[in-house]
Amino acid sequence: MSEVAIIGIGLHPFGRTADMNGMQQGAAAVRAALPDAGLEWQDMQFAYGGSQDGGNADSLVNELGLTGLQFTNIWNGCATGGSSLHAAYSAIKSGEYDIGAVVGFDKHPRGAFNPQPREWGLEDWYGETGLMLTTQFFAMKIQRYMHEHGIAREVLAKVAEKAFHNGSLTPHAWRQTPMPAEEIANSMMVSDPLTKYMFCSPAEGGAALIVCNADIARRFTQKPIYLKAAVVRTRYYGSFEVFSPSQAPAVAQAPTVTAARTAFELSGIGPEDVDVLQLQDTESGAEIMHMAENGFCEHGEQAHLIMNGHTRIDGNMPINTDGGCLANGEPVGASGLRQVYEICVQLRGEGGARQVPNDPKVGYTHVYGAPGLSGVTVLTT
Amino acid sequence: MAERVAIKEGLFTWPSDNPELIGSRCQQCGETAFPAQPDCRACSSRETHAVGIGNRGTLWTWTIQSFMPKTPYLSDETPESFRPYGVGYVEMPCGVRVEARLHENTPDALEIGMEMELVIEPFRTADNGDQVMIFAFRRATEGAPT
Repeated sequence: MSEVAIIGIGLHPFGRTADMNGMQQGAAAVRAALPDAGLEWQDMQFAYGGSQDGGNADSLVNELGLTGLQFTNIWNGCATGGSSLHAAYSAIKSGEYDIGAVVGFDKHPRGAFNPQPREWGLEDWYGETGLMLTTQFFAMKIQRYMHEHGIAREVLAKVAEKAFHNGSLTPHAWRQTPMPAEEIANSMMVSDPLTKYMFCSPAEGGAALIVCNADIARRFTQKPIYLKAAVVRTRYYGSFEVFSPSQAPAVAQAPTVTAARTAFELSGIGPEDVDVLQLQDTESGAEIMHMAENGFCEHGEQAHLIMNGHTRIDGNMPINTDGGCLANGEPVGASGLRQVYEICVQLRGEGGARQVPNDPKVGYTHVYGAPGLSGVTVLTT
Repeated sequence: MAERVAIKEGLFTWPSDNPELIGSRCQQCGETAFPAQPDCRACSSRETHAVGIGNRGTLWTWTIQSFMPKTPYLSDETPESFRPYGVGYVEMPCGVRVEARLHENTPDALEIGMEMELVIEPFRTADNGDQVMIFAFRRATEGAPT
């Protein structure tokens, strides 16, 4: 089967862009990615795209050009971007297409998400009584995790401190002001043990990738990034997931664990080979748990790694070098593709002030979200 | 005359002097689910039956909801009258862990492993004046029957 390469990357900065709707931010990302690959919209044979609140991605053709291409909308919760990329990966691997675009965008209202129970297969009482908040789930998951693995609260603040520091080095980040761990720890408690600055916010933005059959990648760029694996997995019976009125007596692995394991098997690359990574940091606790769920350390090792700087840009396990969701916010449709964008920047050596040293060659991305699904990729130079 | 009605029939026994939560048990694999459902998420069988899962358990994890949720939250509160509430998963004797509101709403009142007991209580007033009843948990009183 064909291999897949990423030859163009584009971003419309995350945060708030008052004078652009979500779709315009998606179009801006595509318009940035196309010249990066030396291509035009007319060269695209297919596209996959998705958005939660920004409209139907295939309507982007009204801005980009009605060329008759196959354009498929993808909606898969927080893994929308990862699922769009997986669809493009499959389309090229199968040999059906050679070149296409992947795009995600969003524009969410301020404040926490307010999902409707029926859209998630749940009954109204669950939402009406105030149990259906993603913030509660993440707080309860890390509360239990800290109890089981002896992780102190100071580690949570340290994760956010690193995110805002990395954001300060990233010209397109939303949050560019560093913040000391003490200030993060002492900010308003939102959902114990997580404070205001330990959560990312719903936001706006767009991200796009141009992908092609690896055999022809060097026609378009001197620095193709190879997509060695793209995997999406959903929850198992017994895993502890968001939007669950109850948890099963059985205990099963999180979908992240199986997605990661499959991606490493498919790519023949192990977590020890990865030089730079993006892990879903919807809040500080998520980054901690996802380090172990993705196979980068054992459960309970995180406190040592984080407090001693291993996850910083200059550490041996650099995580979320652009500040992740904490510094960029989370436009759901675009977020997973922003992660891939950043890994491509790092593997090309174009990270500027936030560049990981020593020519990173292998990267990894991971999204997790409602209602219990995970999308991961393995990327190489 | 105003009545006290369950927010959803079949979540808990009601009216009752000693209410308990109602789940479902799979006749194929024996797994218990809450709330009761006709399909088994463990083995995909469609043979389940309703079963009481008790009114006491232990706190498995918790947090505190400090701000008033947006819709679909539907209570009688206003942003001014909103009071933070605890949220937790309570492990029932059959092993299933039920998400619920908790009376305790400060970190020093909540501890993983503490004994909890079920409370059925009014949550809001319906348009017709009925009291809408929900389930919640609170720290168990000493020596209460299980």
